[in-house]
Amino acid sequence: MTSSPLLQIRDLNVRFHGERTVHAINGLNLSLGHGEMLGLLGESGSGKSVTLKTLLRLLPPKRTMIDGSIEVNGTDIMTLSGKRLSRYRGGDVSMVFQEPALALDPVYTVGEQIAETVMRHRGIGRREAMEVALDMLVKVRIPSPERRLKNYPHEMSGGMRQRAMIALALSCRPKLLLADEPTTALDATVQIQILLLLRELQKEFGMSIIFVTHDIGVAVEIADRVAVMYAGNIVEEGSIHDIIRDPRHPYTRGLLSANLHDVARGTRLEAIPGAPPALNIKPASCQFAPRCAHVMPACTSALPPFVSPGEGRRVACLLERGRELA
Amino acid sequence: MLVYFLRRLLYVCPVALGVSIICFMLVHIAPGDPLTSVMAVDATAQEQAAMRAAYGLDKPLPTQYAIWLGKAVQGDLGKSIASGRPVADEVGRAVKNSLMLAFAASLLAFPIGTSLGFLAGYFRDSWVDRLVMSIAIAGVSLPNYWLGIVLVIIFSVTLGWLPAMGAGAGDWAWDLTHLSHLVLPAVTLAVVPIGIVARTMRALVGEIYSMDFVQALYAKGLEPLDVLRHVIRNVAPTGLSVMGIQLGYLLGGSILIETVFNWPGTGFLLSSAIFQRDLPLLQGTILVLALFFVVLNLAVDVAQAAIDPRIKRS
Ligand SMILES: Nc1ncnc2c1ncn2[C@@H]1O[C@H](COP(=O)(O)OP(=O)(O)OP(=O)(O)O)[C@@H](O)[C@H]1O
Ligand code: SF4
Ligand SMILES: [Mg+2]
Repeated sequence: MTSSPLLQIRDLNVRFHGERTVHAINGLNLSLGHGEMLGLLGESGSGKSVTLKTLLRLLPPKRTMIDGSIEVNGTDIMTLSGKRLSRYRGGDVSMVFQEPALALDPVYTVGEQIAETVMRHRGIGRREAMEVALDMLVKVRIPSPERRLKNYPHEMSGGMRQRAMIALALSCRPKLLLADEPTTALDATVQIQILLLLRELQKEFGMSIIFVTHDIGVAVEIADRVAVMYAGNIVEEGSIHDIIRDPRHPYTRGLLSANLHDVARGTRLEAIPGAPPALNIKPASCQFAPRCAHVMPACTSALPPFVSPGEGRRVACLLERGRELA
Repeated sequence: MLVYFLRRLLYVCPVALGVSIICFMLVHIAPGDPLTSVMAVDATAQEQAAMRAAYGLDKPLPTQYAIWLGKAVQGDLGKSIASGRPVADEVGRAVKNSLMLAFAASLLAFPIGTSLGFLAGYFRDSWVDRLVMSIAIAGVSLPNYWLGIVLVIIFSVTLGWLPAMGAGAGDWAWDLTHLSHLVLPAVTLAVVPIGIVARTMRALVGEIYSMDFVQALYAKGLEPLDVLRHVIRNVAPTGLSVMGIQLGYLLGGSILIETVFNWPGTGFLLSSAIFQRDLPLLQGTILVLALFFVVLNLAVDVAQAAIDPRIKRS
């Protein structure tokens, strides 16, 4: 096999129509290799969840305009429909949500919900699927799994529910797991346990993960690479090591200085003065300019192009051009 | 589950007792002398006292209640003042007729209302939704006795297709003649619950579909029909209780319809008992109806607990 990436997003735009138009994703490019763990970072409203939902084609088709291309393992997922779309969802790519209490069906047992997925994707019988479900509960280390299989979500604690959700998401051995702030709703100690579990399972299953978080501490804990999003696009990307040691984009620096001096977990990325843009028009200039301390006239006249300051890194900021010239 | 059922049954006892006290007191609170309608206008004081003693009205209230309750428990609700027949027989027959009418109406209303509500909830804010909601609002707001009269004029008087009055000659039988008597009152009676069930279902379905777990169901690769199955199971407990309550209304709330169609049910019996000041009959009918509500509520609660895992069963 060649080193073709598992996921390749090219020039993705997502726009919502409604009472007002929202340009949620604007020209996003991203690629992800097999077995890679990417942290997706950004303030509230920067488009992290929309990116993940677009990947699973979960956005309401009537109100959503999507263009660009998304390829998973060489398959163009924008053209999937019907049976092929169902097979792709939960099969090749699956998702763990922020609130396990809301993401599980309250009137089905955890075992039934996992088995249902397995039956769908593997075409096996109920009893066999239940055994897979039990296996998965063991894998995510839920204590007394036989009993928990017959539990309803409300009979479990938050951490346990998230473990069950992870078991569900991994039950069909996806190649890519999308984790949308899977630990934000949990206590700090439970958070760590879940992170460790995810990392372990990632190694065991050899899958790739996109891990969305507000929390740089969490990203440091789990990711190989991070992509920082602002106003519906990535503004900086690189290995977690490089980004922490040498953040280039003023927004990334703002995030880090707001949080990283003590890599405190549970702190949220909100300490940059000013508010994110409204996203009611398609961006044509640097969206961070109103909040940027280094803003130059050129910043407000065109979109800053990506510059690569090093191996596997890119930054969209005009300051980089100055550095290059210097 | 059995424990849950027994405990609910235990809760029901004081309610039933309260109901019986209220029914008993009703007669004594009601203005006028219960005996005026049966006594000769020129009865002497002595005759009046004898009559009073015969009906047990001369004893102190608690004693009267104890006697009345003791008999009621054994199925003896006294004799109708107007007809002289046992109240229990009259009420029994009326309850049977009303039940039949209520079930016929439910058989129409619940499937239709549920389907309409699901359609509207699924196609929320589309023309389907607006159409269904217009039907539902019309159903709830049209005075249904008026609708009954209109139906009678169309289908009985003008077209002559269906009978307009009563439950058919002789005892009830499951034949075409008797069933044809059921059609118009059942349809009329079904209109309001169709509207109510459709509206409730629409709200429930819309609410469930907007919940996060539905998106999660799609995310794990389920097809729309599987998701619908999940939605139905989530809607079922609340939907069921709404229908239970509606069934209760259908049983007791059909005085107008039964009167319009001369349907010999409890509503009809109640109104004639009221107009004839037949207090034992009134008392017995109300008691039976009220107990019916209590039992129905119990049944709905238990059924809900049986299908909704979130309700604590122990
Ligand atoms: N279904 C939708 N219809 C209309 N607008 C939407 C929809 N989903 C998201 N948006 C908008 O798209 C933008 C990006 O939202 P998104 O949920 O991706 O943010 P996020 O980065 O995940 O933020 P958070 O950290 O709060 O989860 C927001 O302005 C949001 O209001
Ligand atoms: S492009 Fe200009 S405004 Fe935007 S972040 Fe860089 S320096 Fe600031
Ligand atoms: Mg989000």
